[in-house]
Amino acid sequence: MKKIGMLLLAAVTAFLVTTGGALASSGGTFIFCAPYGGDLFSLDMHKTSRTQDYIVGLNINRSLYRWDADQSKPVLDLATGVTISADGKTYTFTLRKGVKFHNGRTLTADDVIWSYNRIAQPKTASSAASYIANIKGADKVMEGTAKTIVGLHKMDDLTFTMELKHPVDIGYALCKVETAIVPREALEAGEAKFATNPVGCGPFKFVKWVRGSEVILEKFDNYYEEGKPYIDKLIYKIMPEGAARDIAFRAGELDANIVGASQYPVYQRDPQIKDHMIEVAEMYTRIIGFNSEFKPFADKRVRQAINHAINAELIIKKLLKNKAVPATGFLPTSSPAYDTAMKGYEYNLTKAKALMKEAGYEKGFTFECIATANKSWGVGIVESLIPFMKRINITIKPQQLEGAALGERARTGKFDAFIWSIESGPDPLETLNRFRSTTPVSAGNYTAYANSDYDHALDMAAATGSADEKLSWLKKANRILFDDAPFWFFNYNKAIIAYQPWVNGIKPVAIEMMLQDFTNLKLDESSPRK
Amino acid sequence: MRAYAFRRILQFIPTILIISIIMFVLLNLLPGNAALMAGDQRKAPDPRVVEQLKKEWGIDKPIHTRYFIYLKGLARGDLGTSFLRREPVNKLVGNRIWPTLRLSFAALLISLVIGIPLGFISALKRGTLIDTTAMIGAVSGVSIPQFWLGLMLMYLFSVILGWLPSSGYGHGKISHLIMPAITLGIGYTALLARATRAAVLEVMHKDYIRTARAKGLSEFLINWRHIMRNTMVLVLTTAGLQFGALIGQTVIVEKLFAWPGLGSLLVDSIFQRDIPVTQGCILVMILVFLIVNLVVDLLYSVVDPRIEY
Repeated sequence: MKKIGMLLLAAVTAFLVTTGGALASSGGTFIFCAPYGGDLFSLDMHKTSRTQDYIVGLNINRSLYRWDADQSKPVLDLATGVTISADGKTYTFTLRKGVKFHNGRTLTADDVIWSYNRIAQPKTASSAASYIANIKGADKVMEGTAKTIVGLHKMDDLTFTMELKHPVDIGYALCKVETAIVPREALEAGEAKFATNPVGCGPFKFVKWVRGSEVILEKFDNYYEEGKPYIDKLIYKIMPEGAARDIAFRAGELDANIVGASQYPVYQRDPQIKDHMIEVAEMYTRIIGFNSEFKPFADKRVRQAINHAINAELIIKKLLKNKAVPATGFLPTSSPAYDTAMKGYEYNLTKAKALMKEAGYEKGFTFECIATANKSWGVGIVESLIPFMKRINITIKPQQLEGAALGERARTGKFDAFIWSIESGPDPLETLNRFRSTTPVSAGNYTAYANSDYDHALDMAAATGSADEKLSWLKKANRILFDDAPFWFFNYNKAIIAYQPWVNGIKPVAIEMMLQDFTNLKLDESSPRK
Repeated sequence: MRAYAFRRILQFIPTILIISIIMFVLLNLLPGNAALMAGDQRKAPDPRVVEQLKKEWGIDKPIHTRYFIYLKGLARGDLGTSFLRREPVNKLVGNRIWPTLRLSFAALLISLVIGIPLGFISALKRGTLIDTTAMIGAVSGVSIPQFWLGLMLMYLFSVILGWLPSSGYGHGKISHLIMPAITLGIGYTALLARATRAAVLEVMHKDYIRTARAKGLSEFLINWRHIMRNTMVLVLTTAGLQFGALIGQTVIVEKLFAWPGLGSLLVDSIFQRDIPVTQGCILVMILVFLIVNLVVDLLYSVVDPRIEY
């Protein structure tokens, strides 16, 4: 009898665990925040390039692929199947049957082709253009010399082929919400109207956008996944101020909140919150970029010496309150090409001094480092480096700029050094391509990094058909970059979301923690909004 | 008075013209451009998109050409199109002006209702405990940083007591307005209290007050008819001038309380280099300031019939 009782208990526990808590069921309103820099710009995903807009747009729209946070890779979404040719250049997609847009129309292959063509049009000026640039003929449309992308062919309403210029895993590019599939007629009725009243085929449909205050979405009953989403209403509060978000979260007005460095240790000590936090090493690498045009930085020994001279772990512990993962190279721990064998630059003053001496800079030099006021990768961090640099006779002069001014200086190469957070995923090949010799400074290769061995490794990674071989070449490229040290490798952002006890289904999204897909989110009965 | 008001309104035109030139030049001299800010700066910028946007927005044209295009639009009442939001600035500003005015007037109301009587009583009870307490309160009110005060109010009324929502516009509900209005109005209340006290003290020693007292008028009538009315001209001047500053201060309060007003739109647009929106917000704020000052000037003659236009 006792055994039966134990078995029953185990079964109930297993059920509770697998269902995310027996009390969690459909319905309720979930209130989240949109925390990045003020009001949304636009809900036309092709025309905006702000994370703040994507946070909302992700739940209104669907793309051919989606980012699977659990597997940390792209998986098919609007397509149910794909066959890839032997050379890896032709993809044949089979679309999901019966996918409805919020206006009631059924999605077909024409919508996919039309959406990608719209992204490529010069007048759209879409930042998503780079994601479809690998489709054959897309560049001609972008340049304005062709009207449609020749590499997209419709076979029937649910099947189409996509020809690529290079054999890459296109899922990384086409899982982005910027490549959302949208209904042509809604856009042709007026692009301006669409930007503020979007129509997608995602789990939630748009209801209202109170400018500067909130965006309200509601469950789309005809969403293609039967019975989903579970919640009835999704509200995004536009709250750029961290302290105000903290109070709203503590008052129970927010169901989940992104956690800042100042709140992290407090939340960790709070018995009501500490067990309701989820964290991930985001695919953003914080670095100091060294301008190779600045004479001392032209010598890689100097750059390596700086890496050896700084105790990054101490700075992370003291200033960032451990809300970061020490960098062991450019690619973050969540990247598929992360090399577990890499250990990062050891904090070793003797080595640093020896390298400075070898390079002929034993007496040191002075350089200026431009930085914003950002707490995690701003002027405060640069100031903390002053004593470390002093030990190898380098004087570092922080200069504070605001974001737009720093962006302009970086893009035009007008700096000795800059501190910034740089996207380092999800596609390691695309990420590392940023630092190819052929990538101009204006396109993101701010330090004007150039190494033919690095380029070669990336060429090999792009050309090979074998996934293992590809990873091996990418790891090699990452190692070369690490050894050349065009950056001081500081950390990978540890992104954290704290949620209320009644919330089930927040995911560790490494590409950007705030890009939460709420299709599977459930609320317990204890939610005050249920 | 109508002729005076008309003349004053005409004076708005050169004022706005001069401000528009200064503003246009300064904003266009700022480093950084909106085409870059359109994207997530952590990603590698696409130079092709940056150039396309510059062309689309006309920021590749010389500054004087851009100014005349802007001026032409301004003459028609068109504030231009937002670079980043790709919407008419008139619409964006129009959406945000009411929440800001609502917040400012609520703060003004709090200040008038509390500040003026407080200053009046303080002056009448000069040197007493009431006066000292009120003036310590007034000095503290002026000195408290709005950001800190706002956070403390949020913590007290939302987290501890749970009486009021911590932030947001709440579709215009009064409960959402209370804390932002108090935060914005507290400094202004203190200022008005001090100004009223000083004005009353000045008026109290005038000859006509002594005469009123000598002819046996009751203290109530002296206070109400003579001191209050004569004080109001001075108080009105302070109130009018400071109201402009109050609209400027909404920036901090709006940001803190996630209030969808003009102040938060202005701050966002500056950081994003969305120059048409910045210009639109500043122009509208200046226009409100000019109108408030005109209304105050016209009110002088209502409060003090000796003043004529």
